[in-house]
Amino acid sequence: MKKTRAFFFVTLIVSMAGIASAQGLDPVLLTKPATDSWPTYSGDYSGQRFSSLTQINQTNIKNLGLAWVNHLTPGPGNAGPFSRPGPGNPPTIVGGEIDEPVPVRGAGRISGAVLQVNGILYVSVPDNAWAVDARNGMVLWHYFWKTKGGTHIGNRGMGMYHDWLYFETPDDYLVSLDAKTGKERWHKVISDFNEQYFSTIAPLVIGNHLIVGTADDLDAPGFLQSFDPETGDLQWKWYSEPEKMGEPGSETWPNLDAMRHGGAGTWVPGSYDPKLHLYYFGTANPTPAFSGATREGDNLYTSCIVALNVDTGKLAWYYQPSPHDTHDWDAAQTPIIVDGDFKGKPRKLLLDASRNGYFFVLDRVTGEHLLTVPYADSLNWAKGIDKLGRPIRDPEKDASPGGALVLPDSDGIVNWQPPTYDPQTGLFYVATDEIYSVYYRTEPNVRALQGLNGIQEQRVGTKGKYITAIDYKTGKIAWRHLQVSAGEGEGNTGLTTTAGKLLFGGDANGNLVAYDPANGKPLWHTHLGQVSNAVETYMLDGRQYILAASGDSLYAFALNF
Amino acid sequence: MHRVKLVLFTLLGLGAAALVAEQSSVPAPAQEPAANQATPQAPAHPPASPPVRVARPAAYPVRPPADPAVVARGHQIFSANCSFCHGSDARGGEGGPNLIRSELVLDDNNGELIATVVQNGRPDKGMPKFDLSKEDIETIAAFIHSMPVGGRAATTGTVDPLVGDAKAGEAYFNGAGKCATCHSVTGDLAGIGARYTDVRALQGAMLSGEQRGESSESPHKTVTVTLRDGNTVEGTLYQIDDFIVSVVDADGNYHSYARQGDSPKVVIKDALQPHLDMLRTLKDDDIHNLTAYLVTLK
Repeated sequence: MKKTRAFFFVTLIVSMAGIASAQGLDPVLLTKPATDSWPTYSGDYSGQRFSSLTQINQTNIKNLGLAWVNHLTPGPGNAGPFSRPGPGNPPTIVGGEIDEPVPVRGAGRISGAVLQVNGILYVSVPDNAWAVDARNGMVLWHYFWKTKGGTHIGNRGMGMYHDWLYFETPDDYLVSLDAKTGKERWHKVISDFNEQYFSTIAPLVIGNHLIVGTADDLDAPGFLQSFDPETGDLQWKWYSEPEKMGEPGSETWPNLDAMRHGGAGTWVPGSYDPKLHLYYFGTANPTPAFSGATREGDNLYTSCIVALNVDTGKLAWYYQPSPHDTHDWDAAQTPIIVDGDFKGKPRKLLLDASRNGYFFVLDRVTGEHLLTVPYADSLNWAKGIDKLGRPIRDPEKDASPGGALVLPDSDGIVNWQPPTYDPQTGLFYVATDEIYSVYYRTEPNVRALQGLNGIQEQRVGTKGKYITAIDYKTGKIAWRHLQVSAGEGEGNTGLTTTAGKLLFGGDANGNLVAYDPANGKPLWHTHLGQVSNAVETYMLDGRQYILAASGDSLYAFALNF
Repeated sequence: MHRVKLVLFTLLGLGAAALVAEQSSVPAPAQEPAANQATPQAPAHPPASPPVRVARPAAYPVRPPADPAVVARGHQIFSANCSFCHGSDARGGEGGPNLIRSELVLDDNNGELIATVVQNGRPDKGMPKFDLSKEDIETIAAFIHSMPVGGRAATTGTVDPLVGDAKAGEAYFNGAGKCATCHSVTGDLAGIGARYTDVRALQGAMLSGEQRGESSESPHKTVTVTLRDGNTVEGTLYQIDDFIVSVVDADGNYHSYARQGDSPKVVIKDALQPHLDMLRTLKDDDIHNLTAYLVTLK
């Protein structure tokens, strides 16, 4: 009986999904900004998170209301309370290489991109993926990966290529699913679990490349890989450090051992210029993270913005916002690419608000540095800016026995949460968090230092959270809106802008807010609890939707006509 | 690396315990830390409804503990044969690399990968072969695998955080630091050096102005809300954003008001604001000297 029902339902889903997504997602479409879908991490390759949709706008935003909500339940065999469409429970497909998964504490937390393609949402948290009907939030299938362990800190979303989905697991597998059924096609090892890698990033589809990152807190080198989306075969692998002494960049390391254990994971998705064929992203911190004693030098290409040729994985150029990073700041933020005037000259630009508190404008063709400005009020770790526009680290502000008082804390002024750029205002928007920390060195023996160990960090004051709007042409702060809260407030928020003259983000008290991008004035809000991803928007059936997540719940909003 | 927020929220939660129970709200969850940062510690006090405890997955493969006698034997064999190049702590020497974080060692279970290298040597890298038995190599493997390896693993070394000059700290306290404007070493700070046994906790409390770790309660923000009819409500600030302000008054009553721009008028007083303001200019040497001085106030 049970079997029959399950079979019937699978058949039903296949036929439903077959109608809804007959074409899957043609990767060519990713090069054109879409309004009827959210097909990749940032919505499109530019990283701008700007939508040209205007159905929801400043005039009618007061009528924005809830269309549906759904809570997603991770784990084996339970697709959640809002998942009983009639004929039976939607299937949970179980994958993995061990019999008993390691138990994971807490509920899943949606803290990355949700894809929307042909009316179906594809959602992920660590070890779990779902297909959800974008019209009412109903779960169509659920995939559960039996984990061996690993750092379960987040999953930043999935990638899609034709009918196939891809996501990473904390224990370092790349899993490909059939988008129609949730059935696994294959899984591949992307990094060595025994070396303590863990994997969170959203795979990015670019043409016939699947760009996949990974991270490690035990000094193992970061790298970025490209796989064939059909077969999962490796196409190229780019290491975050030079592989041999004598190679360009190796002069920024004292020896091969330090260089080969220099860390610099690749854990935040980047942006892509289809004309230049370059993929831009930020690498993570060098290791040991909080002491440079065993790694004298700038430590290339850690804490760098890098441009890679997407066909070959070869480095085109790099720029290092945090040379010899000693505070675990990384340069991991999604860079935004913009074509615009700079000092009266049309330029292909790259804008990046780095976690160290400095905002950078680069020429994305050559990597030429154009502008550096601090975008936080009380930075105190740099002695100035060098002739390449890089902050000059003050060694006195490294972790020390008695403690060094530094702003920002090791989370940085920003973390992974993405910024947005609005071509209508010409402003770059980023949610900032200014926290003072005391960094103590607790381990006297530099030989015992590895990864993030050997220090204690103590947060001693917060200057507050702001949404900060930056005029990239001058570096001037156009406005800052304080996200007032009683305590330290909720986590940072990702941001999205629309042509309806709206800027969406979460505030420090758990509200989803639409602001006026011209001045930061709040225009609409609803209280969800911490907004854990960045808002997305798309048209479906002639209605513009706003999609947000808080913890394990997805919320869709639309106008009440 | 838990955040101040947790402590604050929890204290506020306790202060308005009845309210919390009524609304069955719990303190906000910890912010997700950076992807490569230590996981937050549990809050100082449990939340109103403790979550079901589920074991956290290991961040890396966990090895079953080995027989201490085998580890000790492996240590001896390692010292005699390997430490000359790889260092007595196996973390590398002049000739040999750090074995603790070596890919091969991390992938090794019980000496099977290590044995290949030891018994064949690595002539291209200058490592000779060693005529050690499989059993001996298994003990060496047990020794190396017994050492903690993890980017977040605790280290065993200790560093004295007390580096300042107490006399200079006293001068700063009474002079340029203007601490004596608000504080007294015979009043609110009497015996503070005895109240804290952890120097870093004392220093953190001094900088933030909060009492933390080894004490009870911190001062928090107070608020005055002036309503449209001119009446005012005063008390502890419970929550505020662009759309709401709420207050717990002296009798423990909860009041909340919708906010629209400047209406109603809200004035927040944060007793700790001077501490936050001073962080902008405070020098690390002055911090260390002040701490050294406060430690002497037993």
